Amino acid sequence: MATWDWQVFCKETVTGEQIAGCFGKGGDVTYLDWLISAWGWTLSVALLALVVALAVGALMGILRTTPDKRLVFIGNAWTELFRNIPLLVQIFLWYHVLPAIFKPLQAFPSFVLVVFALGFFTSARISEQVRAGIQSLPKGQRYAGLAMGLTLPQTYRYVLLPMAFRIVIPPLTSESMNIIKNSSVAFAVSIAELTMFALQAGEETSRNVEMYLAVTALYFVSAFAINRVMLFVEGRVRVPGMIGSK
Amino acid sequence: MNLDFSFFSWELISNFVLKGLVFSFQLTLIAMVGGIILGTLLALMRLSGKKWLEIPAAAYVNTMRSIPLVMVILWFFLLIPLMTGKPMGAELSAMITFTLFEAAYFSEIMRAGIQSVPKGQVQAGYAVGMTYPQTMQLIVLPQAFRNMLPVLLTQTIILFQDTSLVYAIGAYDLLKGFEIAGKNFNRPVETYLVAALVYFVICFSLSLLVKRLQNRIAIIR
Repeated sequence: MATWDWQVFCKETVTGEQIAGCFGKGGDVTYLDWLISAWGWTLSVALLALVVALAVGALMGILRTTPDKRLVFIGNAWTELFRNIPLLVQIFLWYHVLPAIFKPLQAFPSFVLVVFALGFFTSARISEQVRAGIQSLPKGQRYAGLAMGLTLPQTYRYVLLPMAFRIVIPPLTSESMNIIKNSSVAFAVSIAELTMFALQAGEETSRNVEMYLAVTALYFVSAFAINRVMLFVEGRVRVPGMIGSK
Repeated sequence: MNLDFSFFSWELISNFVLKGLVFSFQLTLIAMVGGIILGTLLALMRLSGKKWLEIPAAAYVNTMRSIPLVMVILWFFLLIPLMTGKPMGAELSAMITFTLFEAAYFSEIMRAGIQSVPKGQVQAGYAVGMTYPQTMQLIVLPQAFRNMLPVLLTQTIILFQDTSLVYAIGAYDLLKGFEIAGKNFNRPVETYLVAALVYFVICFSLSLLVKRLQNRIAIIR
């Protein structure tokens, strides 16, 4: 294999000249600058999509456990719809199809559309986890809440959800790591994130291996960081007396 | 904007879509069979109790699982020609990539499946004089496969969805077929919609089948 050339990251992206210190000054942009901004895009897409996914996924998961058949149907339909279409196709739907049908969507930058695409896609998976978490609780807890005179929303708020959310943290950890990985699909609609950087910078410099390695390492680091944060959260909210607790 | 699906015809489907659909199914099938075989080997390595087998298998599985599939596809497309010295078509490269990538995911499923078989079964195998490979092949793996069949099939549905990511290297799959048809007829909105519908129908009906299978297996067990 050819020799390494890590100096390529210090090159200016337009002129190709080496820049001392590797960070471009003034209007100059080095590949290192570009890489870092691409990492920023990856993290923003993934984290914003995670917020959307958690909110929508939790709501849909809860709907699927209610006694109301119509609500269950809505939750089920949502989950099946977003789970059975590939993410790339969903991103194309948000990017090419929806703005053509609903004109107001054309005002949104593609970044926002991708966040919703990735968020809704992941919400289907989270809704599965949340539903399973709630259903894993003994039925008596729900009945006890209702028997105490709590309304159904109160039963969820004070009895079921505080336990269910803690139970689903481990699967949510892996979904959060998945969302970092899945954000790579955003390259298909030209979001300037890490995979897009790998493709473009690799082509411009013909240093694909170095570029791919840098990008792969950043994906590793990001997913690992999320893993640590979630483990910390898991430790903090542990239910005393359960097998997982200290 | 008005949607107009009148341009959809059998010609369009047979000229553009069918070729892609066949490739997507091919890729799914090859990656499933190859992935399950390789994955089972990896799982057996990880459960062998021998450090020199466990560590490489674990490293392989964890590496594959922490890199986005798109990057893995790009990596293999870059590296295979570098290593073999010959250029390789996107389709063949995708088949190799998906087999090796899915092996990591299938191995985790098989590992869980093997671990779900009671220890007594292994001991019984040894007690009647079987060797380790015999015990695995004749007693443990058949049960592990049966227990894990629904999960293996669900993973295959995910695999089928993921085949659309060969977009990154320009291989001609189902999505690409619709995309090209959309460009030729200047109707991208409709073709993307139909593409989504086709993927949905395939994946949803497969997942219903898996659910039915799951119930039947549960009763037998």
